[in-house]
Amino acid sequence: MQEIKREDLIAKAAQLLADGTVDRVIGWKKGEFDYDVTPAVFTTKEELENEFVWNDFCGANFSKYIKKEAEKSESKVMAFLKPCDTYSFNQLLTEYKFDREKVYVVGVPCNGMLDDSKIKESASGISSVTEENGKVVVDTLYDGKITLERADVLAERCANCKSKKHAAYDELLGTEGEVLDSKRFDEVEKLEKMTPDERFAFWQNELSRCIRCNACRNICPACTCEKCVFDNPASGVENKAISDSFEEKMFHIIRAFHVVGRCTDCGECSRVCPQNIPLHLLNRKFIKDINGFYGEYQAGAEVGSRAPIVDYTKEDLEPSEAVERGEENA
Amino acid sequence: MSIINDSLIPVIGVVTDIRIDTPDVKTFRVVTPDGKKAFDHKPGQCAMLSIPGVGEAMFSITSSPTNTEFMEFSIKKCGCLTQWLHAMEVGQQITIRGPYGNAFPVDTEFVGKDMLFIAGGIGLAPLRSVINYCRHYRDKYGKIDIVYGSRSMEDLVDYKEIIDEWVKDDGIDVHLTIDREQPEWTGHVGFVPNYVKELGFDTNKTAILCGPPIMIKFTLAGLQEIGFDKTQVYTTMELRMKCGIGKCGRCNIGSKYVCKDGPVFRCDQVDELPDEY
Amino acid sequence: MRKISLDKLDQLFAEISSKSALYIPVDTAAGAKFEKYDGTKKMSDALNTVRSAKDFFFPQTENLVDFKVEGKTIEIKETVKEDEDFVVFGVRACDVKSFEILDRVFLADPVDNFYKNRRDHGIIVSMACTRPAETCFCQTFGIDATAPAGDIECHKTTDAVYLEAKTDKGAKLLKSLNALTEDADASAVEAQKAQTKEVFKKLPLAGLDASAFGDGKTNEFFNAPEWKTLSESCLGCGTCTFVCPTCQCYDIKDFNTGHEVKRFRCWDSCMYSDFTRMAHGNPRLTQVERFRQRFMHKLVYYPTNNEGIFGCVGCGRCMAKCPINMNIVKVMKKLGGNK
Repeated sequence: MQEIKREDLIAKAAQLLADGTVDRVIGWKKGEFDYDVTPAVFTTKEELENEFVWNDFCGANFSKYIKKEAEKSESKVMAFLKPCDTYSFNQLLTEYKFDREKVYVVGVPCNGMLDDSKIKESASGISSVTEENGKVVVDTLYDGKITLERADVLAERCANCKSKKHAAYDELLGTEGEVLDSKRFDEVEKLEKMTPDERFAFWQNELSRCIRCNACRNICPACTCEKCVFDNPASGVENKAISDSFEEKMFHIIRAFHVVGRCTDCGECSRVCPQNIPLHLLNRKFIKDINGFYGEYQAGAEVGSRAPIVDYTKEDLEPSEAVERGEENA
Repeated sequence: MSIINDSLIPVIGVVTDIRIDTPDVKTFRVVTPDGKKAFDHKPGQCAMLSIPGVGEAMFSITSSPTNTEFMEFSIKKCGCLTQWLHAMEVGQQITIRGPYGNAFPVDTEFVGKDMLFIAGGIGLAPLRSVINYCRHYRDKYGKIDIVYGSRSMEDLVDYKEIIDEWVKDDGIDVHLTIDREQPEWTGHVGFVPNYVKELGFDTNKTAILCGPPIMIKFTLAGLQEIGFDKTQVYTTMELRMKCGIGKCGRCNIGSKYVCKDGPVFRCDQVDELPDEY
Repeated sequence: MRKISLDKLDQLFAEISSKSALYIPVDTAAGAKFEKYDGTKKMSDALNTVRSAKDFFFPQTENLVDFKVEGKTIEIKETVKEDEDFVVFGVRACDVKSFEILDRVFLADPVDNFYKNRRDHGIIVSMACTRPAETCFCQTFGIDATAPAGDIECHKTTDAVYLEAKTDKGAKLLKSLNALTEDADASAVEAQKAQTKEVFKKLPLAGLDASAFGDGKTNEFFNAPEWKTLSESCLGCGTCTFVCPTCQCYDIKDFNTGHEVKRFRCWDSCMYSDFTRMAHGNPRLTQVERFRQRFMHKLVYYPTNNEGIFGCVGCGRCMAKCPINMNIVKVMKKLGGNK
């Protein structure tokens, strides 16, 4: 259950459209079912009333759209941002990807989003997904009503939520939360405890499923290159398919390296992967290492911060020490 | 176990002659390693040429089918593969497969007709095959007019063949034009669409149009102004292709595949296609 | 019709796999997936595999030919084809139908011999659906998921699998399994089919109608203003095309191993920005045109070239996997006017 009601969000958006503060609103549009919402742009109150939705499936991060829509807007574009989204927002601002003056951020508290694929593991023929007394109730064609614990069907990134506190907004609806002490590095630690061979086998198995659809790259708020090296025929590494298994691993590893210090751990890569590859674990390993080597750093916590990896200080770890500590971890 | 025999697998071609036409166009003569033509084709059809490791692309076959000894390709340097082709020396092997696409209806609709060929720049390449076919079977066609223009004198493709052969033929009028004045040029100066209107052809002709999209657009409008109907005008189109056989799915305009249903289209047929080319 | 009790299914798989490669759907961390039967794997009960079954005939990558380049000379090393038969067990009706759609492309003149070779050697054992998902809309395209056909058609009940040969190829395979199976009458199967058909009537997408689309409708839909809003949040990834059983666009690329050049074919996506890019321009400059191409191809262009048959089988994979939940159903409803 989310704290703010759909009606309150529509009222806020309609008011900002009506008083001319903004000329377009990025929000979520309802789908065929309760769980298949789509990011969309709304320009009128009628559109909002007919199609706007705010529920437990509004997980999509709007970062990729803010840039595009801000360019189109003649006044400002309004975006509803959940706490985790605001980190991506700040990171994009840090990289000068859009003009802050062109965007009006309405912060929305988030109680965690559900993962429809987890629900589908326990329910087939879903007619509706609602909430009763803090539990998720799924009405099905075959087994009637199924009641699930919210914690069991929460998206991974929400179960390991790093912050209920917005890192940016122009206006906040509802109550502000706190930065959380998340358990998000537990899975990384499990990987670190593996032997190199076990870890290699783990990633070999996970990455072998990749179908190179580029969903992870295209949704990633940190992947903002105008022309990706993997799409550029002149780069020599452009490819649409696995030419060999080594090359395939390189795609994901290079991508992970490229977003180091800029990845806010929003988890979109894993959410969109059609092959359920836990891509976020690659990025989290980097975040954990940065934290360990250079001190705690959260990309997007504030605008203009320099990631330790691109910010030289005299206290920085010597490369030899980094290697040593890496080996201790391995 | 046996060998897969598929139309996607090319044969070897040997480049036996390279002619420099213009600063950015070269004409390559290609035969198989045993000195034969790789395959027969009809005027307007294309072939896939490739340098393994560099790429493969579709080119119109510029020599006439009546040439039984070799094929020729006039190629403008504009991308990665064409750059490589331009750097080749005689004796280089390439790969070739084809023929692909439909052809100009030289043995049906065109028979007995007065022909008007209009080309701009490298656009002469696909028409050269048809022009030489019509010259070979001269009696099957009426009067032939050729309007050909380029940026400059140096950019006229096949200039030597035009001067040495085409203008000397009976019943063929060649009208050349260049975009801007040049001291050594005594011919017409001006853009092709305007020149066509100035020449004011009688409308009892079949016109074939090839060149940059903007030239095609204005020439077609000009032809209509002087009374041509779109059903009398043919053109040939180009889109990105990979397979050449209507399967890889990228060269379609609406439900038509340029590689298979084209590249030759009558202009009234082009009108029926959605505007996505 | 023959039948085998569920507890003997492993024996059936063992028997088939002793003669030819056998693929069955199995459950994995990434959902159901066809895997080669190794004597221990259990058949998944999932409604469908995450990736479609088109991989068997049109794999994501395949080598077409190798070249050895030395100085000015090129040597062509042809590809040797496999002549072994293989059996794919448990293919749903939508995927069975998708082969027909792919056939119309790859087996049309000139025949794609790489594809044909696999089709010739592949034996399809289908599996009737009993518990369709809310995302299923095969019936929109006239597909009967309770009669999936293939070379052998199977129906799984609570205690047995019923098998019926539908082609000569299937009859030959089924006959070779006679020692394990027994004759059966169709009553149990018919009862189950009737029950499933009732479920299909109740599916949320049961009323989805494709009749607004089809042969010759290019001009009616091409310039529809709705394409812009429908495509506005499309990320331009290839997920829908790669999980789709009927998407068949491909690219041909060269890979230089350092010793030789491998020319391979791989899946491509019309959703990608470089799909139609040429040295001198691109006819589909924005995601609006690319998005439109994909759906026009399935709903209009393909039917125009194939006697009205649609290029979609209603499997619902794109609905389940699109990162932003845009899909052919939403397109059909928006453009075709049915709600």
